[in-house]
Amino acid sequence: MDQHKLASPEMTFQHHTDDAEFKKRVKKTTILLSVITVIELAIGLIIYTMHKGESPSEFLILVFKGVVCILTLAKAYYIVSVFMHLGDEIRNMIMTIVVPLLLFIWFIAAFILDGNSYKNLRNEFDPYFKESTMPKKHHANEAEKVPAHKSEKE
Amino acid sequence: MATTTATTHQTKWWSGGKSPFNLEYGKLMMWYFLMSDAFTFGAFLISYGTIRFSQNFWPDPNAVFNAFPGAGHANLPLAFVSVMTFILIISSVTMVLAVHAGHNGDRKGVIKWIAWTIVGGLAFLGCQAWEWHHLITGEHATLIDGQIQLVGQTTTVNPWGPLVDPAVATEAMRNSSTNTLARIVHEHDHTKSMKDLMGMSKDQLLGMINVADMHIRAKGPVAFGGYFYGITGFHGFHVFSGVIINLVMLVMAQKGVFDRKGHYLMIEKAGLYWHFVDLVWVFVFLCFYLI
Repeated sequence: MDQHKLASPEMTFQHHTDDAEFKKRVKKTTILLSVITVIELAIGLIIYTMHKGESPSEFLILVFKGVVCILTLAKAYYIVSVFMHLGDEIRNMIMTIVVPLLLFIWFIAAFILDGNSYKNLRNEFDPYFKESTMPKKHHANEAEKVPAHKSEKE
Repeated sequence: MATTTATTHQTKWWSGGKSPFNLEYGKLMMWYFLMSDAFTFGAFLISYGTIRFSQNFWPDPNAVFNAFPGAGHANLPLAFVSVMTFILIISSVTMVLAVHAGHNGDRKGVIKWIAWTIVGGLAFLGCQAWEWHHLITGEHATLIDGQIQLVGQTTTVNPWGPLVDPAVATEAMRNSSTNTLARIVHEHDHTKSMKDLMGMSKDQLLGMINVADMHIRAKGPVAFGGYFYGITGFHGFHVFSGVIINLVMLVMAQKGVFDRKGHYLMIEKAGLYWHFVDLVWVFVFLCFYLI
């Protein structure tokens, strides 16, 4: 490994990767990201065909959506740690980026639960909201209907 | 690799005299900017999630995003957005190669890979322009206030509500304007001109429409349009500014600015920004197109 001149005075040492190892790593990550994306698309199409079916299992759809979320997090990990080289930085620096992002756990949970609670409250106390927005059957089912009161004439 | 790890352990990072993060100032600040930008995007997406969870009905993405350029009315869910996703992944890879070429001080390599990255960015923006145009100008027969109207996906109306019972839809057809009926007939039957169709009576037009085959939907949640255009637009604006930044990098590399400076750290910072744009798309793709 040849010693480059350090690019900036803040740096004590330079990260070195030889060309062959680097190319292998980039190729591996690219293939990994593509494969994960293809799997996600396949799951998306499975969800689509399930929606078209007679009585899709809500639980199974939720499981598939959960799997897609986990795959997305895996993709994000590879982009950040390999493409953005965060994985090669020193630990203290990584922590200043990653630890604040942990706020997202609370952020997502709190707001999604809040939205869900708002829906439940409205369904309980606002009959018009419930009547006008609740699909009669599963929403992609071809047989579903919309309440007829919308076509009332004066 | 082994030597690097050894250096990390031996160095007393916090005893002064050196940067404890071993990072150039500009690059460190780029990381913190990206972290704050992640919170901005996160807030948008979480707000979208909150509204979505507060609704009894939300449109199925496979029904909304099923068009492909040049494929007419063919039903191709997820096809076009997968093209967009791969464009962005590939442009991210070319950016990695540009940064690596910069590490080696390889000016020609930097120019080549940055140029490909710009091509990828422009291709993505082109795809997004087509998608928006298709959504906004598309005419979907929708049950609105007891009659059928032809509407596109805008920030004030969403044509992808629950499917309507054919009996209700037929009744609504009778209340609709002649113009709407003529346009519905014209969309599938080009043998008669719009002018001829407008001259026909309502009953004649109704006789030419097969309501059961049209799968007419009621209005969907209005918030869908605002969130979709707002968030994909904000992301598209990031892609746009990324393309501009990369263009500047291209010109600077061409003029030999980095060679005179002796390092290509600017390319690394532009690279971080570009990868972040790809990273955000991964989540936008998840939230709007997959689940």
